[in-house]
Amino acid sequence: MSAPSATGDGDAPIRISGLRTAFGKKVIHEKLDLEVRKGEILGVVGGSGSGKSVLLNTILGLKRPDGGTVEIFGRRIDDPDARSAVERRIGVMFQQGALFSFLTVQENVETPLLEHARLPKDFVRDLARLKIALAGLPDNAGSLKPAELSGGMRKRAGVARAIALDPDILFLDEPTAGLDPIAASEFDALVTTLRQALGLTVFMITHDLDTLYAICDRVAVLAEKKIVTVATVDELERSDHPWIKSYFLGPRGRAVQKKLR
Amino acid sequence: MTTADWRLYDRNGETTLHTIGDWTALDLGNALVRLSARMGGRDEVRRIDLSDLGRIDTAGALALLQFVAKDVDIDCGPREDLHRLITLVRPALDAETPSRQSSGDLASIFDRFGRHVVHLARDAYDMLEFTGHLVAAIGRTIIHPGRLRMTPLFAVMQDAGINALPIVFTMTFFIGAVIALVGTNLLTTLGVEVFTVELVGVAVLREFGVVIAAILLAGRSASSFAAQIGAMRMNQETDAMQVMGVDRFDALVIPRVLAALLMMPLMTFCADIGGLAGGLLVSWATIDINPAFFIQRTLEMVAIKHFWMGMSKAPFLALVIAAAGCRHGLMVGGDVQSLGRNVTSSVVQSVFMVIMFDAVFAVIFTVLDL
Repeated sequence: MSAPSATGDGDAPIRISGLRTAFGKKVIHEKLDLEVRKGEILGVVGGSGSGKSVLLNTILGLKRPDGGTVEIFGRRIDDPDARSAVERRIGVMFQQGALFSFLTVQENVETPLLEHARLPKDFVRDLARLKIALAGLPDNAGSLKPAELSGGMRKRAGVARAIALDPDILFLDEPTAGLDPIAASEFDALVTTLRQALGLTVFMITHDLDTLYAICDRVAVLAEKKIVTVATVDELERSDHPWIKSYFLGPRGRAVQKKLR
Repeated sequence: MTTADWRLYDRNGETTLHTIGDWTALDLGNALVRLSARMGGRDEVRRIDLSDLGRIDTAGALALLQFVAKDVDIDCGPREDLHRLITLVRPALDAETPSRQSSGDLASIFDRFGRHVVHLARDAYDMLEFTGHLVAAIGRTIIHPGRLRMTPLFAVMQDAGINALPIVFTMTFFIGAVIALVGTNLLTTLGVEVFTVELVGVAVLREFGVVIAAILLAGRSASSFAAQIGAMRMNQETDAMQVMGVDRFDALVIPRVLAALLMMPLMTFCADIGGLAGGLLVSWATIDINPAFFIQRTLEMVAIKHFWMGMSKAPFLALVIAAAGCRHGLMVGGDVQSLGRNVTSSVVQSVFMVIMFDAVFAVIFTVLDL
């Protein structure tokens, strides 16, 4: 939360330096550096197959880095002692929600609470209901199974579970992909509200230019196996990098800019 | 980090909650239990003393709001974070209507019973529908053999048939050995231990060979058919086929059913050989019947009709097993749970059908006086 904690987070909740990842001989990242600042919403963009999801998985400790270090709150993610301390402080919304299909939404949100916090059962139920409401889901959603939810609701349920323990960092993997524009901008609003109220740092992989313009403080561009630049959208529009140019100044990018001006 | 704690006192007639330490989900547990016990479900705190409050999150804010009287505005003082949390939590809390689930009692028993009956009826209907489709598809394939997809057919034959032969052989080898062991014990007391050969021959050729092979096919292949087709359903592959005009039965079901049909006799034969080998080895070791004599006596005394009776069941069982596997695969819905349920019931149902059909065949053979 916003009061300083004892672990000494410094300014960068996530710090990646010299990261190298590879699948066999295929190198995905090489000398990748990235620092996420406390309290910001960082968008990560990159072409399909540029390794955005691999980067996320590496930060989350799902894939071992082949070189370099990934630190969350100053602790290396591949250090098994640090894991349990870190995993309570991060929340992840996977692309398809990754909800446990054999549990109801309510039980999905209760899972991290029951796993990590020793709270009375009644209170856990109330708290899970609160998180479901905060994620913008209707009252009756709690008793539904993930298979009964629409794509947008599934993403919201994923967020409700991700914020169950009030994490310090929220990871979102393409949160607005597959949503209609109205649902997408509602989702953007949800992320900003939660960021403000919970003091979250948000690490977001996205392709959605609207989201980048609307809520991202900074945008990291993943190309040529590393983060070529981290800057605000305005600065990126003026960038000389060919990929960034075609990304922001292509027909879709122009359309969004026109809309905003 | 300090564990959450609290003091409760009266100041100017107003109940004041003095919060101490970190009121976060991870640190709150104990304090909350004690506070709930003390307050007994009443919300009459009118003031909160925040001077010793450490960190607070939504869990803490929710806990505070549960004990503060509804009409009181919490004075957050300098705590900007608490103010933000409360503005976030309070509206969500007001909007929320606690929904009570119907308690499980007599009504729920009837409810579940009714659902089961409906489910059974629907399942039976579904089975008939599937059988109809299957027969039609088989008919189409016979009329137009060109529709048959050769690559998947041979792949399934390899996977479900050839690769199963070693385990089929090994299992029936032990079954044959056990029959011989039990048989010699019994027959030696009657002084006719040499009849062990007939016992093993008839039991293995007529019943065990084909049934064991069928149960293995059910366990190995019905489950894998259901899982493969089920995963394709979850991935919308079957929908894509339908849209493209590819018949699901031609593409998925026929190759599997046909492969099982073609391979089952081979598996049965292999099972027969395994069972006889097990019997032969045990008779040699326990009652000193030498292998040459065992083989000679088997050929002379065990009528070949037993072998053909066993063999004649093979195609029927194969058909039933493969159909059950494919049918359950196609019944998979969008979620993981239904995949698991259907794979399980494909195996349960096909093993059940194997035993049932075997019994039916036994009756038929008896009536026909074979």
